[in-house]
Order: sequence, then C-alpha cells, then structure tokens
Amino acid sequence: MPTHTGNYTITMERCPSLLGFAAVGSKKEADGPIGNNFDIISSDALFGQKSWELAEGQMQKVAAEKALSKASLSPGDIGMLFAGDLLNQITASHYGLRELGIPFMGLYGACSTMSQGLILAAMMVEGGFAGKSMAVTSSHFCSAERQYRFPLEYGGTRTPTAQWTATAAGAVIVGESPSPPYVRSVCIGSIENKDVKDLSNMGAAMAPAAALTLGRFFKDTCTGPDNYDVILTGDLGEIGGTLLAQLMERDGYKLNGKHADCGLILFDKEAQDTGAGGSGCGCAAAVLCAYLLPRMRAGKINEVLFMATGALMSPTSVQQGQDIPGIAHLVHLSTKKSGRPEVS
Amino acid sequence: MENLTNQAYTEMVKKASPPSKSAKNIPMAFLFGGLICALGHFFIQMFKQAGLSDEIAFPAGSIALIFLAVLLTGLGVYDKLARHGGGGTLVPITGFANAIAAPALEFKSEGYVLGLGAKMFSVAGPVIVYGVASGIIYGVIIYLMGAY
Repeated sequence: MPTHTGNYTITMERCPSLLGFAAVGSKKEADGPIGNNFDIISSDALFGQKSWELAEGQMQKVAAEKALSKASLSPGDIGMLFAGDLLNQITASHYGLRELGIPFMGLYGACSTMSQGLILAAMMVEGGFAGKSMAVTSSHFCSAERQYRFPLEYGGTRTPTAQWTATAAGAVIVGESPSPPYVRSVCIGSIENKDVKDLSNMGAAMAPAAALTLGRFFKDTCTGPDNYDVILTGDLGEIGGTLLAQLMERDGYKLNGKHADCGLILFDKEAQDTGAGGSGCGCAAAVLCAYLLPRMRAGKINEVLFMATGALMSPTSVQQGQDIPGIAHLVHLSTKKSGRPEVS
Repeated sequence: MENLTNQAYTEMVKKASPPSKSAKNIPMAFLFGGLICALGHFFIQMFKQAGLSDEIAFPAGSIALIFLAVLLTGLGVYDKLARHGGGGTLVPITGFANAIAAPALEFKSEGYVLGLGAKMFSVAGPVIVYGVASGIIYGVIIYLMGAY
C-alpha cells in the first residue's frame, strides 16, 4: 500500500518501474543538443497528415507504438492509458490514440501533462488497478501557435521572455519489474498564481507553482536539493528557472546547480532562437524519454525529481484580463526501490 | 512562498526578465521600414515613367507592395524577414497585407467559408474596424468645422 509522507507526498510501496519509453520529434528538435537521442525524428512536421492537429495526434501514436515495441508489449497488455495535449478538447490525444483500443482517460494539465500522466499511471499500477499503464503527451509548434498565438506566416515579433513550443511527443509505460528506473514517490501540486498576466512570460507564471510543490516535497520527505542528482523542471525556461532558484532560496533551499530545465536541454536557445527556451507538453515528455530515462537505465543518473510545470490559461481567460494559474506535479524517480537518497 | 506578496513577486519577475534588445531592434526596424518605403517609391517612379498619372501611380505603388508582401507570405519568407525587421516590416502596408494573407493560408484547413473567409481578418480586422470608425469621427469633426 502507498503511504502518505507529510501532508502532500505519496510514497509508493511496490515502486512501479518504467518498462518502456519513447520520444518523437521533428526537425528543430533533431537540430537541438539532444537531437541524436530521439527514438523517431520526422523531418516532415506534418507527419504525413493533412493538418497540424492530426500531425500532433500521429506523433502520439508513433510514440506510443514505439514505447510498446521497445518494451516488447502490445496495446492489449496495457490496462489504462492517460494522455493529453494542449489543443481544445485534447483532440490530438483522442484522434491519435483511438486506434490503440486501450481504456483511455484524457488529461489536461497544460505543459504539466507528462507528470500528471506519469503520476496517475504509477498510482494505478501501485494500487493494483492496472497491471500495466501508459502515459502519453505531445505538443506541436504549429497547432499550438494557431490556437494560442498568431498564424505561422504572420510577421509578428516575439519578446525575449517568450518560449518556443516543442514539436515532440513522449510515451512511458509503467508496470512492475525488477529493473529501474522506479517511481518512488509523487507530490501532486496545487494551483498557484502570483498575478502574472503576461502570456509571453509563462516561465514566470509557473515558477511559484514549481517552488510550492518542490518546497512541500522537501519538507515532507526531510530532504533537500543535495539528496538528488538532478531536479528537472518541464519548461520554466531561463526566466522561470532563475525565479525558481530565487524562490527556493527564500525558503531556505539552495539549488546549487542541481536544477535543470527541459526547455533549456531540448533547444540551444541562442543558436536556435527559441527565446527563453522550449515549452509545451512534448518538451518535458521528450526530454524525459529521450534524455533522462535512458541515462537512469544506464546508471549514470540515480536520483531525480521530475517536475513538469503547466500554465493553465486559455486565450479567452487572458483576453479577459485574468492572471495565469500555474501548476507543478513532482515525481521522484530512482534507480533504487528503497532507501533514502543520500546527500551527494 | 507563504509570505510572498504578488507585488514582491512582480518585482522579482521584472528583474529576471530581459528587456527587448532596443539597441538592435530600433535601427533594424528603421532600416527595413525605410527600405520598404524606398521600394514603394521606386514602384511609383516606375509607374510614372510608364506613363501613369500621379493619381494612379501612388495607389499602384501600394498595390505592388501589397502583391509583393502577399507573395512573400505565401512563399514563407515574410515572417523570416519580419524576425529581423520587427516594427519595420509590421508598420508599412506590407505588414497589413501579411496580417491578412497569413491567417488566410493558415485557416484554409477549416474550409473556405468558416476557415479562410472568417479567419482572414482575425489579425487585421481590428485595424479595419477602428480605422473606419476613426475615419468617420474625423470626417464628422471636419464637416462640423466647416472645412468642406
């Protein structure tokens, strides 16, 4: 049975393992620092489809199928599928994954979806509700731009604080296995906002939520940044990352170079002109599946706090002058099933 | 986190967020905007040389710029120029043409009526609405002042 640690953290007893994972990206992602680590790269951003929305769905399907084949499993082996994306009515997930025929639950957590899906998938396995479960998510630059910002060919300029939506998808299969990486504990975040209204500065909007969840987890588990090899946030970008470090320091935790952000790993922000860094559900998902998990499996990284962050606004809420609510869910991944992470 | 006020956080955000690179952006906007306007004058002179009257040559120059902007938008070049040109490519008539052509291209996938037709003015629409509205207001003022 899972146990509660402190007020907010849920500690797994069976510690589900990540059996298979896959990352899919497009050309810009392939040109980035971790381009060679992707399982599948399509230089055609349409993925052979006729619209950007269908292309995003296709990315999810390809990622899910690749994760299944890497784990030598078929869709019938998966008891529950959690997936989401940034589009209205999460259509990329519904259209992309419908052919798999796996019992499905759609999620919307904006860019926090990978953490959200992974937490739910792990809980289902831990609780015995599913033998194996899967979490999938994606984002597509073109479908996100046309829904949230301007048409692709519009010659508007971006402020330096703006981020670049990744065209990427990631899929993770969770089940019981004696091989790492394991989900050790999770900390579900609360919605937090500090009156940031700038749609072009989402890192700033999400940083307080990230600091809130991370602080709660440290307090609950009586650990600190030094107990972990890396604290990997989803897409805070450069500005959000700076603010997270400042907020944590205010609360007495020095991140001391332990913090890394998927948005700054996926793209070279200067050379690839991605503003303050990458963003989107696919950003955290792809960096998790292409970069982090293979390194954990190889034993190069052992204790990780993976925390995808989301900005939960819509174009309507922003136009109506509302501030941007943020959220961050934390997953403690480890190469060990038990024992306290030691201070390094 | 508990004792952090919104105002204090807003200050932190301001400090952490880099400002726009005005030292580079403003001269680039001047250069691109100036070049577009010079190109417009080149067209006007060309039309005059071809025998068009002033009254026709000026609008014909604008039409030539609009054509060029829409063509470059269709070829996927205009937004790349705009990344360097900034305000310089946004303000002249070419920016307006781009703002109409870009959504027309983008939303074609939702059909010609509810996609292309309806969304074509999603960026430029407000400019047209408030341009016409202010035109009417100024027209009335000028009429009342007896200028005509």
